[in-house]
Amino acid sequence: MSHAPTADTGESLFARLTSPRVLRSILPAFSLVVILLAIFYLQPRAMSPIGLKLLFNLSVPIALATIAQMFVLCVNDLDLSIGAYVGFVVAVGATMLDGGIAALPALEGMLPDPVPWILTTPISGVIVLAAGIGVYALLGALIYIRDLPSIVVTLGMSFVWAGLAVLVLPTPGGSAPAFVRAVMTLSTPVVPFAIVALVIIAIVVHFGLMRTAYGAVIRGAGGNPRSVARAGWSLLKIKMVSFALAGFFGMLAGLALLGLTTAGDANIAVRYTLLSIAGAILGGSEFVGGRVSPIGAVIGAATLTLANSFLTFLKLNPDFQIGAQGAILIIILALRVLINRAEARR
Amino acid sequence: MKRVTGIVALAALGASVAAGSAFADTSDKKIALSNNYAGNSWRQAMLRSWEKVTGQAVADGVVAAADAFTTAENQVTEQAAQIQNMILEGYDAIVLNAASPEGLNGAVKEACDAGIIVVSFDGIVTEPCAWRVAVDFKQMGKDEVLYLAEKMPDGGKLLEIRGLAGVFVDDEISSGIHEGVAENAQFEIVGSVHGDWAQDVAQKAVAGILPSLPEDIVAVVTQGGDGYGAAQAFKAAGRDTPLIIMGNREDELKWWKEQKDANGYETMSVSIAPGVSTLAFWVAQQILDGADVPKDLTVPFLRIDQDNLEENLANTEPGGVANTEYSLDDAKKVVDEAKM
Repeated sequence: MSHAPTADTGESLFARLTSPRVLRSILPAFSLVVILLAIFYLQPRAMSPIGLKLLFNLSVPIALATIAQMFVLCVNDLDLSIGAYVGFVVAVGATMLDGGIAALPALEGMLPDPVPWILTTPISGVIVLAAGIGVYALLGALIYIRDLPSIVVTLGMSFVWAGLAVLVLPTPGGSAPAFVRAVMTLSTPVVPFAIVALVIIAIVVHFGLMRTAYGAVIRGAGGNPRSVARAGWSLLKIKMVSFALAGFFGMLAGLALLGLTTAGDANIAVRYTLLSIAGAILGGSEFVGGRVSPIGAVIGAATLTLANSFLTFLKLNPDFQIGAQGAILIIILALRVLINRAEARR
Repeated sequence: MKRVTGIVALAALGASVAAGSAFADTSDKKIALSNNYAGNSWRQAMLRSWEKVTGQAVADGVVAAADAFTTAENQVTEQAAQIQNMILEGYDAIVLNAASPEGLNGAVKEACDAGIIVVSFDGIVTEPCAWRVAVDFKQMGKDEVLYLAEKMPDGGKLLEIRGLAGVFVDDEISSGIHEGVAENAQFEIVGSVHGDWAQDVAQKAVAGILPSLPEDIVAVVTQGGDGYGAAQAFKAAGRDTPLIIMGNREDELKWWKEQKDANGYETMSVSIAPGVSTLAFWVAQQILDGADVPKDLTVPFLRIDQDNLEENLANTEPGGVANTEYSLDDAKKVVDEAKM
């Protein structure tokens, strides 16, 4: 799928290792390692299982949201609603997925006594979350059929999701279902669960998207839709599948976040929209052309989380911290641009 | 049960402190401020007060360090990460102005489990292991209506300016206002807009709703940071300025002073002094010191009335908010009141 020139056999090993293509795929991992080493230098205490757990914990939901964003990027679209959608999932998770319809704060005091099981079953939460994924698939269909700009559609949807989230959970509260909490507080020997989870996410999505036939078709739909359509694939179906996958991973992100915070807040993930785009781009994905990297996306998400911690450990003045976060992003992306330029020159 | 564990933890802490020295000593303790937002004058003043008071405390050797950290954006997830980083840094206490009362509970619990004292203030957290230096925001909203009821026994129509939607402070103040209105039936809220605690947003929101409102609005109930914007919106619409409750911001107080001098305009202004961060600091220091501190404490309001307007305005920095800093004795007093 890549348009990068393949290295000639005549090239030396050094030239091959420093080819833009290799550099670009190494850059995300390289930035992660640099920031991690800097953190270890500043705060040696971070170099322990507990320390790593605390450092990487919150990158799990961000990584899942980044994967969701990546699926949308993959078909040349952009999802500006993912943050609000994750917030919606958190709101539903903290209420209906825990105590059924009866757990909705809006219904407090209106319930019959005793409460029938149909109102307390978490199945209602499962249905609502499944409907959320369904809505994502329909969005994909809408964007394809009406040929609408995804930015406009998803920007509109972000208000819908945010509104629904506030309706479900008007004030922060609720509680994470026990199984969600149990998964996110799993303790694994030696390597913290957060890192295990990140690796699993990266590997599963990598194999699904980069190593299966249909994964190649999805990426192809982003790279060259016309030829994919000529080969007999339904572009409508491809769009729907990739948006549904985005909805699915967005849902996982919401549940993972809920498991970490233990309680819900409709506004909890507003920042995820930008983080997921930044994470995906940091990880080597492109806005167009179906050029994405699941492993890179996970690494990008982790890098963003670590950059945050790094600045805390640096004890920067709060006023500068805000700017410094942006500066780290710009530096890494500038390196990307340099590598791309080098590629274009060849 | 949770209270019992708290007491046990406290006892254990007391024991360990007592073992360290004859009288509890906090000079080697490190306290961190975790702040979720620095984008308005109130928060800026809060950070300055913290710097001033804790800087002195560190210089005096009361504590070893008192560092302030602010997240780039007002986001729960970012602040949770910040708290986790503070655990790693090995702080003994975290003073916390939380982005969400519930969303940080996971991170706060992790801090408590690591043996760290967590004192939340202003934006408090519900996790039982943390202390809460809470503002009775609901009472603040209710006080506004009570003031109006006293001032205007005949009542009338009110416009409500709310804060940022979905933030619990907004819900609390608003529910206090509505409770006050319910108890004083001569008042009626005819319109409600979100001013996001910012003058420009409030001005736009009020300007937008004004044409649909009746002419005889007697007062505007606010949440602070929005009074000046509301006044500008009324002026721009060419309508008489009703009584607008202020929120201790310098621009609001200055406008009030101008109106007072020009036409005897009367109102009141109420908010929480940003220096409450220093109160929370001393509370944390007291807990580290081994003092018996109840988990729930209440912050006094800073109220400005017609007669002490000039004095407060003189003490308020341009672009700032009326402020007062708290001392160790103030903290002890608040603790003693909570015990009663």
